[in-house]
Amino acid sequence: MTAVAEKPQAETGAEEIPSFEVTLRIARFNPEDDKGTHWEDFTVTMHGTDRVLDAMHEIKWHIDGSLTFRRSCAHGICGSDAMRINGRNRLACKTLLKDLDINKPITVEPIKGLPVEKDLIVDMEPFFDSYKEVMPFLIAKGQEPSRERLQSAEERERFDDTTKCILCAACTSSCPVFWTDGQYFGPAAIVNAHRFIFDSRDDAGEQRLEILNSKEGVWRCRTTFNCTEACPRGIQVTKAIAEVKQAVISGRV
Amino acid sequence: MQTHNYDVVIVGAGGAGMRAALESSKDARTAVVTKLYPTRSHTGAAQGGMCAALANVEEDNWEWHTYDTVKGGDYLVDQDAAEVMAKEAIDAVLDLEKMGLPFNRTPEGKIDQRRFGGHTRDHGEAPVRRACYAADRTGHMILQTLYQNCVKQQVEFFNEYYVLDVLMTGDPRTDEGIRASGVVTYELATGEIHIFRAKSVIFASGGFGKIFKTTSNAHTLTGDGPAMAFRRGIPLEDMEFFQFHPTGLAGLGILLSEAARGEGGILRNSEMERFMERYAPTLKDLAPRDVVARAMANEVREGRGAGPNKDYVYLDLTHLEPAHIDAKLPDITEFARTYLGVEPYTEPVPVFPTAHYGMGGIPTNIRGEVLANATDVIPGLYAAGETACVSVHGGNRLGTNSLLDINVFGRRAGIAAAEHAATVDMPELPEGLEQPTVELLERLRDRPATEDRIADIRSALQETMDANVQVFRTDETCRKALADIKELKKRYETVAIQDKGRRYNLDLMEAVELGFLLDLAEIVALGALNRKESRGGHFREDYEARDDVNYLKHTMAYRTLPGEEGVEGTSIRLGTKPVVITRYEPKERTF
Repeated sequence: MTAVAEKPQAETGAEEIPSFEVTLRIARFNPEDDKGTHWEDFTVTMHGTDRVLDAMHEIKWHIDGSLTFRRSCAHGICGSDAMRINGRNRLACKTLLKDLDINKPITVEPIKGLPVEKDLIVDMEPFFDSYKEVMPFLIAKGQEPSRERLQSAEERERFDDTTKCILCAACTSSCPVFWTDGQYFGPAAIVNAHRFIFDSRDDAGEQRLEILNSKEGVWRCRTTFNCTEACPRGIQVTKAIAEVKQAVISGRV
Repeated sequence: MQTHNYDVVIVGAGGAGMRAALESSKDARTAVVTKLYPTRSHTGAAQGGMCAALANVEEDNWEWHTYDTVKGGDYLVDQDAAEVMAKEAIDAVLDLEKMGLPFNRTPEGKIDQRRFGGHTRDHGEAPVRRACYAADRTGHMILQTLYQNCVKQQVEFFNEYYVLDVLMTGDPRTDEGIRASGVVTYELATGEIHIFRAKSVIFASGGFGKIFKTTSNAHTLTGDGPAMAFRRGIPLEDMEFFQFHPTGLAGLGILLSEAARGEGGILRNSEMERFMERYAPTLKDLAPRDVVARAMANEVREGRGAGPNKDYVYLDLTHLEPAHIDAKLPDITEFARTYLGVEPYTEPVPVFPTAHYGMGGIPTNIRGEVLANATDVIPGLYAAGETACVSVHGGNRLGTNSLLDINVFGRRAGIAAAEHAATVDMPELPEGLEQPTVELLERLRDRPATEDRIADIRSALQETMDANVQVFRTDETCRKALADIKELKKRYETVAIQDKGRRYNLDLMEAVELGFLLDLAEIVALGALNRKESRGGHFREDYEARDDVNYLKHTMAYRTLPGEEGVEGTSIRLGTKPVVITRYEPKERTF
């Protein structure tokens, strides 16, 4: 299927940017029809600072209202719109069309390893279940102080990188191990364990390391760095996993 | 259809909803119902900080914070509520720290604090370091920390359930002795209707910035809570007061935190002049947002805008050390690079005001109880956060006070809801309460195909709101917006959607959301037309002065009863509610 829609000149803060035509080749799946998974092409007119999400909206709003995907904040903070764009996991709202090769169709597929519900929407429950298994919350023993717990700037810096996680699943669903073994906790869960294991205020590091030392834990990681490349927040995911592996071996954080 | 029974049902899983859930689920069986996943909520987009007079880095006290909040809100703030918020701010921050929130730290290891717009030492003397923060992702860390603690406490979530109606045992406009009895929801994954029967219902469903085109708000911020409350006869308070955040990325509206100015950033016009020195000699770039946004819009109007169309100003960070920027403002500088291709180390960033925050909403008292009118509460019904109007923000919210509001009043609503649930029986729920919701959905889904599109009606609405009810308003522009909205409502009555399916029908969801937006935009425009003065975020060019004699009072907008005539041909009746003044008599605002 091919369809074309015109869009009025977008207002931009930068210099005037010419419009261009771009084709999105989208993996469609509707559980309520019998077409199964198939590709559909849509050609739309877009502008210089537009993102893949803008093109998806242009299609949904003016060509085919049944195209279905999650999105909310539209600037890379809420983590709703992780998709596989030209074979790489990215957030649609953070991927500028001009940074892709627009001379050929841009492929858009759901992230892999999670059951597809409709078009780009996958079942996120298995992902959040893995997250919950690593005890992703502060466990501090001893009497609660009346003021704040003290923490030096250096101690705070130790786990800064992994506090950036927005649980978009771009990393976990880019991991070849996760594709073949859905039981593997996956990078995102390990990142969120790291965030507490290396927090000086936390007293449950050992329990978390024990969980991550299990069959479906950190040792399934094959260090392919897909997760690090996929992370829209720039978290050094593979490094964080390596630090957790080190902690498991040495038995301390 | 399925029916669920809970003591407390919370609508929305952002900061206010989850903070409420952490309280109510300790003592009462609680369900949190959200149309998203909790971590997708827009609390996560808040950047700069959360103010509390901890006095960790310099002298401060909660009374100064109260004063700043009242003055910043242009004296429309209910002062008893502001006092509660400023006092409880300190524990609210400490609670979050104990829950694990990774605040930035001082050299002594205490929570670090920085400057923010309108927050001052000793009643306006100079900016004070009051904002507790985690880099420029404080909202993200609050949302994550609250979610983590909900996981820890095993709070029950119903994700991607869209609440479409609030149930009460009568009409708040006409019936005595009514109470809340539950909500009707639509499960997005299946298209099935679920009724949640409850002793207490808390609205924590966020804002409605999508009535505007240029906005920092998420696509999903469509004011569902206030709109469905209004349709059921609950009044909405002070809806004409909408905040335009000074520093949205030009043309896009993506938020760049006020923390950029708190850390030393400067606004400049096309002549690279620091124009805020002319508008606010003492606080300059750190004056409250309404003052700064108006100054920016004025610079552009008078021809000193930058860029090819002279339609924005600059946020200049180039005099700051790159290492300082990376440590304190990493996310927002990344936004400038990603979306505008601008390098903030070396180039000024194009910015312009962006619709950011609704000061108005569902009226509540300081316990979070929803009001049926200027005086009476609706037992069992609560609201907190941007969806509510306590009113701690009055005519203009100070930066950081929203993250504070959700924590202080989210907590209060959660406590009050659980207490109420412990004292009453489960309400009776007659058959057929889901019918209005079912009919609404079927009407939208089953209409014959049209040329007209939901998206086109929505952009026409957003265009007219941006053109007519934005930073500058007049009698004429407000009337123009009202007339446009009337037309758009007509189109909305016939427009069809394309997705006729049951499962994940987000086409249908967007259509429902547009209905809510149209209702709210009309209330905003009507309130703006009716308020013939300028106060806080509401600026009337034809009435430039604040008028305390006639307008030092809250606006209350009610949906008319059948047969009742509304204002200006709408189905809205306007009333008022007195402002609570305790220790600060209104005086002229200078900064």
